[in-house]
Amino acid sequence: MTMFNLNGRPVSVHSPDEVPLLWVIRDELGLTGTKFGCGIGCCGACTVHVEGRATRSCITSVGSIAGADVTTIEGLDPAGKHPLQTAWIELQVPQCGYCQSGQIMQAATLLKDFPNPTDQDINAVMAGSLCRCMTYIRIRKAIKLAASRMREGAVT
Amino acid sequence: MNSSSVHNSSGTSQPSRRSFLIAMAGTGVILGYARYGLGGLESITSTPKPASGVGEMFEPTIWYGISPGGDVTVNIIRAEMGQHIGTACARILADELEADWNKVRIVTVDSDPKWGVMVTGGSWSVWQTFPVFSRAGAAGRMALIEEGAKLLGASPQSCMARNGTVHGAGKSISYGDIVARGNLRRTYTPEQLKEIPVKAPRDRRLIGRDTLALDIPSKVDGKGRYGIDATVEGMIYARPKVPPTRYDSKVISIDDSAAKHLPGYIQSLALEDPSGTVPGWVMVYADSFPAASRAADLVKVKWSSGDAARVSEQDLQQRSAELIADPKGGSLIVDDPGVDAALASAKHKIERTYTVSTVMHFALEPVNALAFEKNGVFEIHTGNQWQTLILPVLAKALGRSQESIVLRSYLLGGGFGRRLDGDYAVPAALAAKAVGKPVKMVCTREDDMRFDCPRSPAVQVLRMAFADGGQVIAMDHHAAAGWPTKTMAPSFMGKGENGFVFDPFASHGADHWYTVGAHRVRAIDNDLAQRTFRPGWLRSVGGGWIYWALETFMDEAAHELEVDPVAFRLRLLDGAGRNAGSAPNSVGGAHRQAGVISRVAQKAGWGSAMPHDVGLGIASSFGQERDMPTWCACIARVRVDRISGQVTVEKLTLVVDAGTIIQPDGAAAQVEGCALWGLSMALYEGSEFVMGQPKDTNLDTYTLLRMGNVPEVEIEFMPSTEAPMGLGEPATAVIAPAIGNAIFAATGARLRHLPIRPEDVQKALTGRA
Repeated sequence: MTMFNLNGRPVSVHSPDEVPLLWVIRDELGLTGTKFGCGIGCCGACTVHVEGRATRSCITSVGSIAGADVTTIEGLDPAGKHPLQTAWIELQVPQCGYCQSGQIMQAATLLKDFPNPTDQDINAVMAGSLCRCMTYIRIRKAIKLAASRMREGAVT
Repeated sequence: MNSSSVHNSSGTSQPSRRSFLIAMAGTGVILGYARYGLGGLESITSTPKPASGVGEMFEPTIWYGISPGGDVTVNIIRAEMGQHIGTACARILADELEADWNKVRIVTVDSDPKWGVMVTGGSWSVWQTFPVFSRAGAAGRMALIEEGAKLLGASPQSCMARNGTVHGAGKSISYGDIVARGNLRRTYTPEQLKEIPVKAPRDRRLIGRDTLALDIPSKVDGKGRYGIDATVEGMIYARPKVPPTRYDSKVISIDDSAAKHLPGYIQSLALEDPSGTVPGWVMVYADSFPAASRAADLVKVKWSSGDAARVSEQDLQQRSAELIADPKGGSLIVDDPGVDAALASAKHKIERTYTVSTVMHFALEPVNALAFEKNGVFEIHTGNQWQTLILPVLAKALGRSQESIVLRSYLLGGGFGRRLDGDYAVPAALAAKAVGKPVKMVCTREDDMRFDCPRSPAVQVLRMAFADGGQVIAMDHHAAAGWPTKTMAPSFMGKGENGFVFDPFASHGADHWYTVGAHRVRAIDNDLAQRTFRPGWLRSVGGGWIYWALETFMDEAAHELEVDPVAFRLRLLDGAGRNAGSAPNSVGGAHRQAGVISRVAQKAGWGSAMPHDVGLGIASSFGQERDMPTWCACIARVRVDRISGQVTVEKLTLVVDAGTIIQPDGAAAQVEGCALWGLSMALYEGSEFVMGQPKDTNLDTYTLLRMGNVPEVEIEFMPSTEAPMGLGEPATAVIAPAIGNAIFAATGARLRHLPIRPEDVQKALTGRA
């Protein structure tokens, strides 16, 4: 049995330690917003936050995150209105949408590290997040829009 | 927006299919749409809210209903896979209905014979839906005005409808109140329905104006339901052991001794498949997916396989080349007299060969399906693009009637043509039948790739003959590839001029709108490809190789004649004879293709001086079909590093004429996606067959376009009120030839194979030197 905090609430799960966190979140805990894409940590669809850092849950064993704070797309913002989420809707970013939870979770840590990201910052940090629909242009715009709103919010 | 949501439906109401019935459909007190909740199935995006109001709903056609509270619920038969198609279809209907858009909801329906053909592909959805939904909406508006007028004590002629309300005699009444209080009864025959007039374009209030897509909110908060998210009480999991070949593998033995100790492992079974879809498949069952996945790695299966297990990409391409070299065989799609004579006698002619490699779909959601029998109905829960195509296959596989099988709809984690082939539903269904329990089959990425129906590699030979003055007098185009439609949808095959069948989806584009004198197109199916793998429809299908050849060849012909490639194309797009176009779909014909070319040339600064090793290249197309032309033109601006051979695409400028644009921002998103797909396939993707299997099975070796290599993309739609065409695919196929032609403009190196790798550029540069 492993215990950790999921979206601010303590959970205990029965999956064996070596089971990837992705499947524990999806199948044992029933939060399906985190997606399975490649299973080798190369597409980013399974990205969650572990202790605030973007982490590929498909290659992270549940045993390795015992006691940690884990955040999924469902817990990014209690009302689903994180500046990235509102920017994503405003700029109509998603197409099929399958990668977008991972994109948003990756972008959320990007903005913690780079509140005013350059194109190069975005290229570097988002490189691991594949969008098969190729919505990259709008992802970039939405990251910048959210960043500007968050900076404004931080000032006022 | 708040009242709008996407729902799943079991579609229990049965309005007449023979007539357009304006009547109370008798669904009873609304109580949250009983039909949404069947089988405990969740909505594909969020918990459905009941339509507002108490009382019976007005369902003028099977396509929509209006509740006494005024909510308009539109039934969508198209798969939601990134195009926001539900929103576009609902806008078409709501515009004619004069509905209040804020009260429009969409329901992505499950399979049911009452919907007719259910397919989402070919870039057909808007084009096919527009006439149907326009008239359905107009008919409802007329009925509501008629009944509203009665309630207002006015003549219908003095009333008008706007924004979900009928106005007349200085008073107004909402659609909801008309439904609640009126007596809506009216029948239209299909003939009458056909005669219903639709609005003049100037009277449209929603079409052509942007709105927020209804499916998007559920895609930013994790609530959207994809096939892989489907669950049912008591289900177990399964992962397949995919055999070494698609068709000729037989299971000799299964050894699961290494998996037996694994907690959660249940058993491994060879599937018996009367439909022949998944011969040689073994299903590994467990009580969780991770356990099934690990067990599948440990289970050893011995198969016997035939020749297909030894086929390589080179074998496939060699076979195509042989088939082209043999003048017999193939289907003549265009067969003007005089091609051979012109080629034989012309002093000036060119011949070129173009090739493309295998391409994988790589939809990000690996294929999966949940299957179980309940109350005598076999339910398949999965994202799918062509329900009508896979239902008979499932019926054969399961040995039961199509009527007792239902495909429940979900969001698709990418379609791109992969999910037109619902083959993945078959092993899930067989796996569930074999154990008599709900089974959720999930493929790993590697399973998904090995089970893909990739875009076939292809070889093409093109010839052109010129008169002494440089006039084009003949063109000859031979295209050989594995045809997707032959295996998967034979009833869609076309018949050539010589009586032989051909795959239209694998051949469109070669029947172009250029006036080239005597023209011949011969399409040839690669029989070795058919035996080795299942060729798939992949975004833009044949356009992916046809336009690569055609538009590179047009560039080569222009340079051969020392004519500007834009001017050369414009000269051939004269709209003469069969290229004049016709109503309703191709009004203007070749002149509209010339229009997008001229416009893109203007936008991209065609003809202006470029820095060293930078070049502009143009390519154009009419999209998917002559009968449904989406006119596209692209100019790529590329920079070539002569040392490394690295190609950097700096900008893609696209101009598209798709007739009437329903949802401009959604249309732009589709063209953006197409353009970057085209770029991804031109420079980054491509695989090859090795020992009968695609070599690349995951992102460790299969590369796609990522954020850092995305160029600036500028898109413009030609203003038009012509019939709306499709946008899901057309812009894909112009990108590669535009890039190739730009590389030539920058360096003089001519590329004739896709994908374009740096070493190919180096080689072409060396060859030139």
